[in-house]
Amino acid sequence: MDGLLPELEVVRKDFPILERTLANGRALVYLDSANTSQKPQCVIDAMVDHLEHHNANIARAMHQLGAEATEAFEAGRDKVAAFLGAPSRDEVIFTKNASEALNLVANTLAWKGRRQLGEGDEVVITEMEHHSNIVPWQLLTERTGATLRWFGLTDGGELDLSNVDELLTERTKVVAFTWVSNMLGTINPVAELTRRAHEVGAIVVVDASQAAPQLRIDLAAMAPEERPDVVVFTGHKVVGPTGIGVLWGSSELLGELPPFLGGGEMIETVTMARSTYAPIPHKFEAGTPPIAEAVGLGAAVDYLSHLGLDAIRDHEHAITAYALDGLATVPGLRVLGPLDAERRGGAISFEIDGVHPHDVAQVLDSRGVAVRAGHHCAKPAHARYGVQSSTRMSSYLYTTPGEIDALVEALEYTRSYFKLG
Amino acid sequence: MDLDNLYQDIILDHAKRRLNSGLREPFEAEVHHVNPTCGDEVTLRLHLDGAGDDASIADISYDNQGCSISSASASVMTELLIGKTVAEARPVHDAFLEMMRGKGRVEPDEDVLEDGIAFAGAAKLTARIKCALLSWMAYQDALIQAQEAQHG
Ligand SMILES: Cc1ncc(COP(=O)(O)O)c(C=O)c1O
Repeated sequence: MDGLLPELEVVRKDFPILERTLANGRALVYLDSANTSQKPQCVIDAMVDHLEHHNANIARAMHQLGAEATEAFEAGRDKVAAFLGAPSRDEVIFTKNASEALNLVANTLAWKGRRQLGEGDEVVITEMEHHSNIVPWQLLTERTGATLRWFGLTDGGELDLSNVDELLTERTKVVAFTWVSNMLGTINPVAELTRRAHEVGAIVVVDASQAAPQLRIDLAAMAPEERPDVVVFTGHKVVGPTGIGVLWGSSELLGELPPFLGGGEMIETVTMARSTYAPIPHKFEAGTPPIAEAVGLGAAVDYLSHLGLDAIRDHEHAITAYALDGLATVPGLRVLGPLDAERRGGAISFEIDGVHPHDVAQVLDSRGVAVRAGHHCAKPAHARYGVQSSTRMSSYLYTTPGEIDALVEALEYTRSYFKLG
Repeated sequence: MDLDNLYQDIILDHAKRRLNSGLREPFEAEVHHVNPTCGDEVTLRLHLDGAGDDASIADISYDNQGCSISSASASVMTELLIGKTVAEARPVHDAFLEMMRGKGRVEPDEDVLEDGIAFAGAAKLTARIKCALLSWMAYQDALIQAQEAQHG
């Protein structure tokens, strides 16, 4: 098959968990990477090495270990900055996850400052967002009296941009959307939408949680009018650990937003009456940050860069096309989202006539095939297509065509188990 | 886990037949419950004849969207509880909850739970316990509301 990662079997050896077996000696077929990705040995080793040999608190420890820990933590930031092609490494803020990064922006936009939202202002999102990119904006607009609006979706699973001129106006202050949908797989036109939003003076927040694992991001190479103001992603989906997320924001915007959480490390000086704040990135990193996690995330993005994001994208594309073909052979199966692998990422949600997703996932699990069932934190997108839940397979750089075959075969078995012919 | 242990014939049969499904009049309480993890939903109506513990459960009607476990559970529950008094229904309800929350270690009493014992397999799967409990929790909620309305 064309497009697969070269030496896929060798790459798979980097991921110890892929060798384990499940109940009844079944091999693991892990197709839930959009939920969380598996971790290569180098990430695990980097974190263990840090904890075994360099552990100390950062910045505030005046000893050799403290210096090593600080250096390792800040090296994680440098690696993430390089991974994103960030114009400046100080624009990379570590958070707990993508959700916290989005909440950071949505909260600070509600507070006193140059960017504070108020009545008459509008926030525009889309119907295909993860709940993490919906609820913070609902909270923001409820708190400030601003209005929440959204782009709808086409029947084919793409953003419906036909009313873009009506939605994006001088009242629009924020446009927030996902780069790649975690449910439909759709890849959205980031450059075009960002340009349109900037034309009306809005700031643009892009949720790259599903894009960062599989698309090359090069912020510095983007034309300034097409570059979002904020891009967030979460560590655990890019073969890194849980407990760490990334907020990249332009220096200009991050300078204008007020601090989010108050505490140690985010200050310049503190008196009982008031404080002044550290410059970015520390302004937004109150308290002891996830240190070993930053080390692990640095190793993770280095690993992806070493394989090459273009090669990973090609691999995902080839596997996704193969999976779409395979799924099309299962009677009564309907894919939600674009059917063209070119226009989508590696998460494929589907329905099977006559079997509920929960039951599909249960039968697949009995064959060792791990998928997700439910609304995948995208209830509005499910409602748009008249379904309450779906089954989702999601591949990644370690997925083989053989695993897709195992999925398709397990789906056939599911149909026969529930006596659907 | 062995699939057949989870998907016993009783369950598959109830999931298909969905006894007592559909929303009917009259009713004293209507509740809507959701399983936030997977989005399964049930709207359930309760019609009591009489008041207090002696009231008889004249009807439980429901409309649900869910997997075979949650559909079968609603079907089995209505079959078990309709026609009983509130007092008679209580030990059945308690026994079902005890079984589902027992992590597979509670030996169910077939005399009390009848077809309900088929969910013992689901009780061993953390991800399916909520599916099986959805309509039972809805009934409990509806009962409280119906009785409050009567006192009201
Ligand atoms: C598109 C998208 N946005 C946001 C998130 C939230 O990520 P996290 O739960 O790590 O904050 C996810 C993953 O669940 C996602 O797929």
